[in-house]
Amino acid sequence: MPVILATDALVWLLAAALVALALYCRSQPHLAAPWSRVFSSRAAMASLVVLGCFATVGLLDSIHYRPALEAKAGMKGTAYSSEVLSLLDVALARLKGRGEKTYSAPLATRSYAKELVELPDGKQAREFPRLRYGGAHLAQEEDALRDIFATIGLGLLAAAIAAVLIGLAVRRLERRRPDVPWRAAGATLLAIVALALPMLLLSRHYHVLGTDKVGQDVLYLALKSIRTSLVIGTVTTLVLLPLGIALGVMAGYFKGWVDDAIQYVFTTLNSIPGVLLIAAFVLMLQVIIERNAEVFPTAAQRADMRLLGLCAILGLTSWTGLARLLRGESLKLSQLEYIQAAQAFGVSHTRILGRHIVPNVAHIVIIALVMDFSGLVLAEAVLSYVGVGVDPSTTSFGTMINAARLEMGREPIIWWSLAAAFVFMFLLVLAANLFADAVRDGFDPRVRV
Amino acid sequence: MLAYIVRRVLYAIPILIGVNLLTFALFFVVNTPDDMARMQLGAKRVTTEAIEKWKAERGYDKPLLFNEKASDIGKLTQTIFFEKSVRLFVLDFGASEDQRNIGAEIQKRMWPSLALAVPVLLVGLAVCVSFALGMAFFRASPLDFWGVVLCIAMMSISMLFYIVGGQFLLSKVLHLVPISGYAGGADAVKFLFLPVAIGVIGGIGSSSRWYRTIFLEETAKDYVRTARSKGLAETTVMFRHVLKNGMIPILTGVVVVIPLLFLGSLLSESFFGIPGLGSYTIDAIQSQDFAIVRSMVFIGSVLYIVGLILTDISYTLVDPRIRLQ
Repeated sequence: MPVILATDALVWLLAAALVALALYCRSQPHLAAPWSRVFSSRAAMASLVVLGCFATVGLLDSIHYRPALEAKAGMKGTAYSSEVLSLLDVALARLKGRGEKTYSAPLATRSYAKELVELPDGKQAREFPRLRYGGAHLAQEEDALRDIFATIGLGLLAAAIAAVLIGLAVRRLERRRPDVPWRAAGATLLAIVALALPMLLLSRHYHVLGTDKVGQDVLYLALKSIRTSLVIGTVTTLVLLPLGIALGVMAGYFKGWVDDAIQYVFTTLNSIPGVLLIAAFVLMLQVIIERNAEVFPTAAQRADMRLLGLCAILGLTSWTGLARLLRGESLKLSQLEYIQAAQAFGVSHTRILGRHIVPNVAHIVIIALVMDFSGLVLAEAVLSYVGVGVDPSTTSFGTMINAARLEMGREPIIWWSLAAAFVFMFLLVLAANLFADAVRDGFDPRVRV
Repeated sequence: MLAYIVRRVLYAIPILIGVNLLTFALFFVVNTPDDMARMQLGAKRVTTEAIEKWKAERGYDKPLLFNEKASDIGKLTQTIFFEKSVRLFVLDFGASEDQRNIGAEIQKRMWPSLALAVPVLLVGLAVCVSFALGMAFFRASPLDFWGVVLCIAMMSISMLFYIVGGQFLLSKVLHLVPISGYAGGADAVKFLFLPVAIGVIGGIGSSSRWYRTIFLEETAKDYVRTARSKGLAETTVMFRHVLKNGMIPILTGVVVVIPLLFLGSLLSESFFGIPGLGSYTIDAIQSQDFAIVRSMVFIGSVLYIVGLILTDISYTLVDPRIRLQ
């Protein structure tokens, strides 16, 4: 039975909107020019490839369904499990289903914690037990290292084949569009493939990034966290954009009391320290969800509502920056001759705003959007630490870090979940930052030649 | 000047009223005192008596805005709005949900917060300005390019990782400083070294990059060209002229955060166990102590508005071309 979570619908809607926007930009020369400047930057192309990989994982993770339970005798119709799965869960079924008892180091064959085990001769001893799945296919445990290297080799071999294919594709693309640095994109893709393929092959028999406290595979958790980050970074803009654009442009265009009123609202919101305002909203959200618990049939839907609420709250508290920029810009625009001409001809305010002002501030909106993304992803981790982030049952980088942090004191140190969260988050945010930089350079009117 | 300040302070009043109304709406209208009681008392099935008792102990049993039972002025004053929200204006914060005086607690916790936040601000400013000026000096060279790359990479790391990594490296591996804790007096240095260092490092990325753009904009101006054509050395131009003029936007940007230093930093304080206002706020959020969160929201906005006024004043002090009207 398919389940459409609210955030799923919004994520796919946004993806569709992005495609539509891209097609529209291609048909409009004045929008295509800055984008082609963006795409002629090597850093932009490389980070776009990374972002694309993250987005693919996130989109796969945004198609949910509830698996049918096996029919029992005397039951009418099919019953559905209360667990909500996504397509990513299906793809990673091997990772998801093969949990250990507790922590285990990356690629380990034995558990992190000692346990009482029964020896073949009937005696009992405390030792590190073999893992249930990690390296369980090996007849001799000592072969593990050799097996791992063999698998990595196989993965690299497959990556070499992929390299040839990527090389051919890059060559063709270079011939068609020589101005775009396809090589940077191809090299990035190759690096990702060369990392992902050995990991994928290894993950068939090992826990590549170890397991966490309850024995879940860390690689699986990290991949699941991507969706949460993407949702926070993108769905928030659905709230932020309409508020920021409408209020900012109106304040700048109408001036007078409209301007005063809107400025009052955003100074008031701005004057409350960000985290506190978000905390206050989230505490209230918790109460509301608790009070209406019966509305949500599954735990996943409840957690999803919290995620959506968090996005709405982040949007509500962060539109002020965009509004301030747009106010300044439309204040400047409204003095220009063509706006005054439109007013003299008796064109209505809505039409002037829609046709003349908003399209002319679009570059500010685009720059602000890509710049906000990385900030929102980073904010999620901090908010989850403070306790006002996503639902504790939602996998996210914030909840991963939070769980890992508590185990820092143990000896030997449990570093793998923290390291996994760090690497994945760093790559995502770095790619977003680099891309945002290129977009700003491409759209900033001051650099136009 | 005085008239301007007075007017700015008067302008601040409607904003504070707005903040007050917003927090009141959030904390008492969206979720009622009954919900709060249920959350604090924990269990799903609490008796109505227990809720009533909890509310009465904390003064939440009164009507929200208008008390019909009271007489005269009491109709307005014996309400939750007056007792919990309006009183914030005279900095009377009342008691937290566990019946402790919030005002006294704030006065006590303010000092450790400042002890952490002031060095972070000053050292951070010095480090970032020198780094940014260095990048501007070597502009359009590989040094500048990799400096910017380093900034972007440092911006992409969550503060949480800086803290955890720093604690791991300096405290667990090298055993140089204690992992967390706090002591008054001279001992504080030992405990504050790591949080200050991490606070500075965490801020380098975004600040240096921003300062670099400021310095670069400055170097493109006419007076710099004049200075160069006079035959001044590039170092003199950078350190004498560009640095001084670039510091104007940087310092005025810093002024707005000075009052907010009192609030401390949420993450560092709670990670390093420093008993300041930041950790106080986090504890309050985690234990869902609405009285403390409400007070901190109000103090935060007061301090922010003070910062805005100070910024405006500092503009006139450093740049005589700006006149206050």
